Amino acid sequence: MKIEKKFFKLTSLQLASLQEIERIKREMMFTLPELTSDITVKVNTEAEKSAAVRRPIEPVGRYFLQHAQRTLRNHTWSEFEKIQAEKNVKTVDESTQDPDELLFDDELTDESLLTHDPRDWKTADLYAAMGLSKLRYRANNSQIIKSHRKQVLKHHPDKKSAAGAGLEQDGFFKIIQKAYETLTDSTKRSQYDSCDFNADVEQPKKGTEYNFFEVWGPVFEAEARFSKKQPVPSLGDVNTPKKEVEQFYSFWHRFDSWRTFEFLDEDVPDDSSNRDQKRYTERKNKAARDKKKTADNARLVKLVERVANEDPRIKLFKEEEKKEKERKKWERDAGARAEAEAAAKADAEARARAEADAVSEASAKADKKKAKETAKAAKKKNKRTVRNAPKEADYFGDSDKAAAIDEQVGFIVETVDDELLVEVSTKIKSSPSTTKETLQETAAALSGSGKLPASVLPYFL
Amino acid sequence: MSSPIIGITFGNTSSSIAYINPKNDVDVIANPDGERSIPSVLSYVGADEYHGGQALQQLVRNSANTIINFRDLIGLPFAQADVSKCAAGAPAIEIDGKVGFAIKRGEDKEEKITVDEVISRHLNKLKLAAEDYIGSKVRQVVLTVPTNFNDNQKEALKNAASKAGLEVVQFINEPSAALLAHVEQYPFEKDVNVVVADFGGVRSDAAVIAIRNGIYTILATKHDTSLGGDNLDTELIEYFAKDFQKKTSTNPTKNVRSLAKLRANAIITKKTLSNATTATISIDSLADGYDYHTSINRMRFELVTNKVFSQFSAFVEDVIAKAELDPLDIHAVILSGGVAFTPKLANNFEFLFPESVKILGPNAKESSNQPNELTASGAALQARLVSSYDADELSEALKPVIINTPHIPKAIGLIGSQGEFCPVFLAETSFPAQKKLTLKNAKGDLLVGVYEGDHHIEEKTLEPTPKEEKKDDDEEEEEWSDSEDDEPEIIREKLYTFSTKLMELGIKGVTKGVEIVFNLNKEGVLKVSARDLKSGNVVKGEL
Ligand SMILES: Nc1ncnc2c1ncn2[C@@H]1O[C@H](COP(=O)(O)OP(=O)(O)OP(=O)(O)O)[C@@H](O)[C@H]1O
Ligand SMILES: [Mg+2]
Repeated sequence: MKIEKKFFKLTSLQLASLQEIERIKREMMFTLPELTSDITVKVNTEAEKSAAVRRPIEPVGRYFLQHAQRTLRNHTWSEFEKIQAEKNVKTVDESTQDPDELLFDDELTDESLLTHDPRDWKTADLYAAMGLSKLRYRANNSQIIKSHRKQVLKHHPDKKSAAGAGLEQDGFFKIIQKAYETLTDSTKRSQYDSCDFNADVEQPKKGTEYNFFEVWGPVFEAEARFSKKQPVPSLGDVNTPKKEVEQFYSFWHRFDSWRTFEFLDEDVPDDSSNRDQKRYTERKNKAARDKKKTADNARLVKLVERVANEDPRIKLFKEEEKKEKERKKWERDAGARAEAEAAAKADAEARARAEADAVSEASAKADKKKAKETAKAAKKKNKRTVRNAPKEADYFGDSDKAAAIDEQVGFIVETVDDELLVEVSTKIKSSPSTTKETLQETAAALSGSGKLPASVLPYFL
Repeated sequence: MSSPIIGITFGNTSSSIAYINPKNDVDVIANPDGERSIPSVLSYVGADEYHGGQALQQLVRNSANTIINFRDLIGLPFAQADVSKCAAGAPAIEIDGKVGFAIKRGEDKEEKITVDEVISRHLNKLKLAAEDYIGSKVRQVVLTVPTNFNDNQKEALKNAASKAGLEVVQFINEPSAALLAHVEQYPFEKDVNVVVADFGGVRSDAAVIAIRNGIYTILATKHDTSLGGDNLDTELIEYFAKDFQKKTSTNPTKNVRSLAKLRANAIITKKTLSNATTATISIDSLADGYDYHTSINRMRFELVTNKVFSQFSAFVEDVIAKAELDPLDIHAVILSGGVAFTPKLANNFEFLFPESVKILGPNAKESSNQPNELTASGAALQARLVSSYDADELSEALKPVIINTPHIPKAIGLIGSQGEFCPVFLAETSFPAQKKLTLKNAKGDLLVGVYEGDHHIEEKTLEPTPKEEKKDDDEEEEEWSDSEDDEPEIIREKLYTFSTKLMELGIKGVTKGVEIVFNLNKEGVLKVSARDLKSGNVVKGEL
């Protein structure tokens, strides 16, 4: 459940306490939901409660002793249970190993430091002297302090001379102290880090084979230490989206570096007698620094250029771009192509339609003719049926009037429309016995409608 | 009165003795010199043996025969022991593979003492002080140890105590002892998680402890043997040394005795600044015959030692993370150990954690104002509890079968009328356990829905909303609102969600409230019953 937040503008402090009050209130005012269905007891027997974890409890306080007494009173334990109780106990991690220590050097990585002239401390690898050769510029202040402690314990002259070591080790201790002094002062440290070439990552020779990402990734990670802007985008891998790759290169093209080269300065003589000499050295130093800085910037530009050239993703993007262009062109051309195609298609269709039309027209004509002919034939047949009907019916017993009957039926047959003809002939065929009546009705209808004068049909009217 | 069992906290820097006095109160015992926090130091001048504060004073003139910081060396092979902290006093040597010290007891007379023997003598002095104070023989003790003391170390400690005529009836963990003492005075009203953060002289220890039905379970611990009050001293010494060097061109840390003098004064200054806002330092003939006089205010001290204080803060944050908890899961941080006297420590924590986390330092309303006496007091309270047990009973009670109990990994609770989860058993409740919930106002036909609950921390950014839009909201809000405060507010809160439904009970026609009982037995069987307070009707479910 969420607390309704009406207190938009409270400071977080006020809010926290209000939340607390709210929570306590909620707890005190806890109410059960209404019963909406008819249950008394419904146990979800399938439900698996989360498995319990065996942990030691603290054997202190009266609640513990009550627990112990209760348990002891109500239960005697089988050997099995006793053994079980000692197994699978989740105890807390009591290790005191400082995770930082794992990052320090176990041993001195550069034995020559032991005999390095402490007056030349600037040329010594100060991180190695501190046991931080793995961490270098990545070491934070507390790691520097811790590893210094470790080195002091190990290399303190008192300890060393007790162990029978020669005096030269005193020199190494001085270097450690110099290193500590340098690395714990943020200005001195950034000057030193600027010139800690040991932290550089080796770059592959041109023309050799190597895994682009495995090799250049660390190079850029190391270069990133000089960036004024943090965080620095990383090289990524084959699957890095185009946009991020572009961001990466645009960042490195516009790299803003804090790297400085004071650390390599020639010592300025501090005796005040020789002021000219002093000023001269200072000027020389400044010029050297500027030159180094320019060279360093140029170096980076070249580096980025080279990597961009070798970047398989860029090649891939270029290829993709090319393909995309082709596709686009193809698409653009598609309009005209489609039109032509459509016209041809329409043409063909029209032709086909015309042909089909011609065919169907012809066949329709034939059909019509045929139908007409059939109709004609049927009409003839019907006419014949009607004409012959009186004869079939023996002229209704009036064979003497046969000629007159034939003549009058002839009038009827020639006058009736097609529809009536069909009707009449059908009637006659279905009930030959009533032929006379049928003909009489027809005659009446014809005369009634004025199609035939009654006078020409005396027999039937 | 028969001889009481006393409680002892024996630290590398100092030790405290406590017992329950005839008025049934916890009494922290002072030694004959009036010290309640007795320096864990032994010093030898010829045939004479000094102990406590008197021995500590010898560090300046007689450091080679003054034994300091020896507690953590017990029961460890020499190769594994970090003896660097003894360096300001008698140097540690190897005796039969163990740690020991070589002490001059007069011209050409050297005595080699193992650390076990040193501890025996120290505990004997504490025992004598207790007997002197109580006025009766003392034979038994509840002794506190860090949670990471191993069985060898405890065994060696037990033997050393027994040589001093003290039977250790129980070892208890320092953080649990501190918690016991705190809870005795200021009980928590509900089940909570707390951090006990103990900052001593040469080490820091912290434990996250779950309190469930009065039972304590340690969820995580952290130790740092290179962080403590001594680090504050070191910073202060460096600050003074620089100042002194500027004034006199002499570096007082180059000379053992000057350094010892400066250290003693730095410690006093640090302690003074816990109570006062300025302190003056006045050391005659600090180095090269120069005197040193200066003063320092609390603010300067806090600046000079800022780095160390940040380490203290990070240390507590780390232990919470190690327990896989969020600060919002923590109800209180109990500050223990001598460093807790410095006001900056509690201030930093108050700033660091959300306000829901109570920082219980010496200046908090609901906490002891003697943080360095918490553990000894807890030991004395435990001593009173176990005094009614005989040895066999107690050893039965401390068997793994009693101590290693099952704990539920997730909360179990009820669904409320708003659809919310109300935890009844919190996660890490050790069982068997029982909880009763009385809902006096319950009425009608009601659902008792029992679930397991998960919880998570939700983070919301509240963009400040323009005022006009919310005219229809209640007035209260208007009163609170502060127009200049339009930073987006990030609110974090702990929320529960339902996971598994375990059972449902229906209880009908309730008129005068219900009582709900949750019971989780030894086998993990959950029984829930709801009883109508008026009619006495009961419905029960069992899973
Ligand atoms: N009033 C005070 N103000 C500031 N610091 C104090 C005060 N009293 C004691 N201390 C410091 O507390 C530290 C000692 O704390 P405590 O007595 O808890 O240590 P300990 O438990 O004996 O040692 P450890 O935990 O290292 O074994 C010392 O650094 C001491 O200077
Ligand atoms: Mg301590």
